[in-house]
Amino acid sequence: MQAAERAPLAGSRTDPVLVRVSGVYKHFPVGGFGGLAVRAVDGVDLEIRRGETLGLVGESGCGKSTLARLITGLLPVTAGSIVFDGQDVTRIRGARLRRVRRRMQMIFQDPFASLDPRMTVGDILQEPLDNFSIGTLRERRKRVQELLRLVGLNPNFTNRYPHEFSGGQRQRIGIARALSVNPSFIVCDEPVSALDVSIQAQIINLLQDLQREFQLTYLFIAHDLAVVRHLSDRIAVMYLGKVVETADRNDIYDKPQHPYTKALLSSIPVPDPMVEKGRAPITLKGEIPSPVNPPSGCRFHPRCPIARVPGVCSEVEPPLEPHGAVDQVAACHFAGQF
Amino acid sequence: MAQTLLQVEDLHTQFFTSRGVVRAVDGVTFHVDAGETLGVVGESGCGKTITALSILRLVPDPGRITSGRILFRGKDVTKMTDEEIRDFRGNDVAMIFQDPMTSLNPVTKVGMQIEEAMTAHERFTEKVARPRVIELLKRVRVPAAESRVKDYPHQFSGGMRQRAMIAMGLSNEPDLLIADEPTTALDVTVQAQIIQLMKQLNRELNTAMMLITHNMALVASLCQRIIVMYAGRIVEEGPVEQIFRSPQHPYTWSLLRSVPRVDEARKDRLVSIKGMPPDLSHPPPGCKFHPRCPFVIDKCKVDPEPQLEEVGVDQVARCWVLMRNVKEESTEVAKQSALSKEAAEKLKAPVGELGAGEVGAGEVGRGAGG
Repeated sequence: MQAAERAPLAGSRTDPVLVRVSGVYKHFPVGGFGGLAVRAVDGVDLEIRRGETLGLVGESGCGKSTLARLITGLLPVTAGSIVFDGQDVTRIRGARLRRVRRRMQMIFQDPFASLDPRMTVGDILQEPLDNFSIGTLRERRKRVQELLRLVGLNPNFTNRYPHEFSGGQRQRIGIARALSVNPSFIVCDEPVSALDVSIQAQIINLLQDLQREFQLTYLFIAHDLAVVRHLSDRIAVMYLGKVVETADRNDIYDKPQHPYTKALLSSIPVPDPMVEKGRAPITLKGEIPSPVNPPSGCRFHPRCPIARVPGVCSEVEPPLEPHGAVDQVAACHFAGQF
Repeated sequence: MAQTLLQVEDLHTQFFTSRGVVRAVDGVTFHVDAGETLGVVGESGCGKTITALSILRLVPDPGRITSGRILFRGKDVTKMTDEEIRDFRGNDVAMIFQDPMTSLNPVTKVGMQIEEAMTAHERFTEKVARPRVIELLKRVRVPAAESRVKDYPHQFSGGMRQRAMIAMGLSNEPDLLIADEPTTALDVTVQAQIIQLMKQLNRELNTAMMLITHNMALVASLCQRIIVMYAGRIVEEGPVEQIFRSPQHPYTWSLLRSVPRVDEARKDRLVSIKGMPPDLSHPPPGCKFHPRCPFVIDKCKVDPEPQLEEVGVDQVARCWVLMRNVKEESTEVAKQSALSKEAAEKLKAPVGELGAGEVGAGEVGRGAGG
């Protein structure tokens, strides 16, 4: 029994995919009659490869943070499987799950809310080590100091409380906490969006350095496409609970296949007035519809500039299929035709 | 030649706290011409919002404008009577705040609030104001404006609320609109809609705009002129193209290179500005940016702060070094890794695991399989 379960794990060492998300759904019931639910994640397939940074972008409410919480096991899935290095984390329990979880960590958006205000920084960093019984007490203390030094903080700050630190420093503490148990996969959920511009660059550079140093795999979630493009190898675009396009970070910018990707990219101003003069952003009409009752057919059709309505777009849901460049997939009936 | 609408001269706004005097705005001089868009950029706490609030005389306690003049069409705002200042706010200058949720009254209908802004200044009677509300909402492109006027703010989405705020700001046809981070709380696609709206309004109504933001891309797409603030002082000022092409102050240079561009493939590391902005109750001596400046020389630490000097056509900067004197190689310093290699090596060393009975059973560890 145990050997049979171990077999895919052993085989997976050569598998270039570290995390495989297949047909994942997460519905939050809203109560009342009729079984209505917020379809936060509504059928997502995604691969995260070893050593890469996969960027995940989309507007607020598209389900990207929910997906992150499903992958790290902070929320149970409604349906589907999430295979991490050969093990389906939605099926395993107990010690085995704990063991897998140790290898995946998360960095949160709000460095003010994600650190317990009543714990010292030393305790915050030591807690994961205690939880996973790593090292002796002395080794743990030593490790906490090294972690602080690693992220550019004074190692003697272990007795201080989070409120004594600035936003950027707190985010460093959050990063150090994620690194404490030697993870191989880190989910970064909007790690820089709450920070000041000059501090954002510090954290972005730090994340890049750490990835190189520790061969980390990142799932990097943000709504700032410029930051995502800077950090990611591949980018996945989400809209209303579904992935609508995935491609290499250059291909997705040079030849987006889904009209939503194109609109999203064109709506970001470029910090260069000469470029800005010649740009005409595609402004989408309206806002993201309610995930309780998503539009029929292609979910994007009410806002889509190229939709054929009534027609195939409002009737048939397009599957995620190869379009454009190698390794590029898009879910659109008229992919690339604009 | 454009007419000067607003002239701020040597403005000082200070906060008198128990920890000492915080010089939030410390001798700021600038002007806004009629119909132009001026960008004011800098980090949180650099004094950009307090400058805006000073113009409207809305500085919160324990803050006070301690000296300087704010001339709007030649009339000094700092010397206006309460009556005059009420008339000035809303009629001549309007402000849009960052968070559209907290700046609207949640228990009053949106249409009512816009109407109130108009009738409060006795410029419009109720009879004229009511149909104008719908017209204004249409102008800021709120769909189905006729029915939406009866909605409460919570029935509006974030983007719609910001549009309503802009409609309110425009209701009395002000000559100057001050927008404080108008798109920060919004999604990118909605942000693009608001930027386009503001561009259009600036063109159609010729309203001058002062855009306060930390978003360099927003400035590039909306503004003609730019002011860079640091620690309560203007450190650089000039036409937007020129500042973006050849910033002279190291702070401006760092700010511009600290943000990635969506139209560029990853070429280079970002410039990260080390440390944090200074405590404005105890600012550092000399140039206030020197503790964080990658190109600092001894003069910066000892000599009194440099003056704003002409560094190009219409471009001024406050720096002893100036970026044109910095060699290309030296800029690499600002991109160096802050990671402690030594700590990284120590952390990579395997750590013995206790309590193996609990988690160890039936497990294949990271190193064990190879």
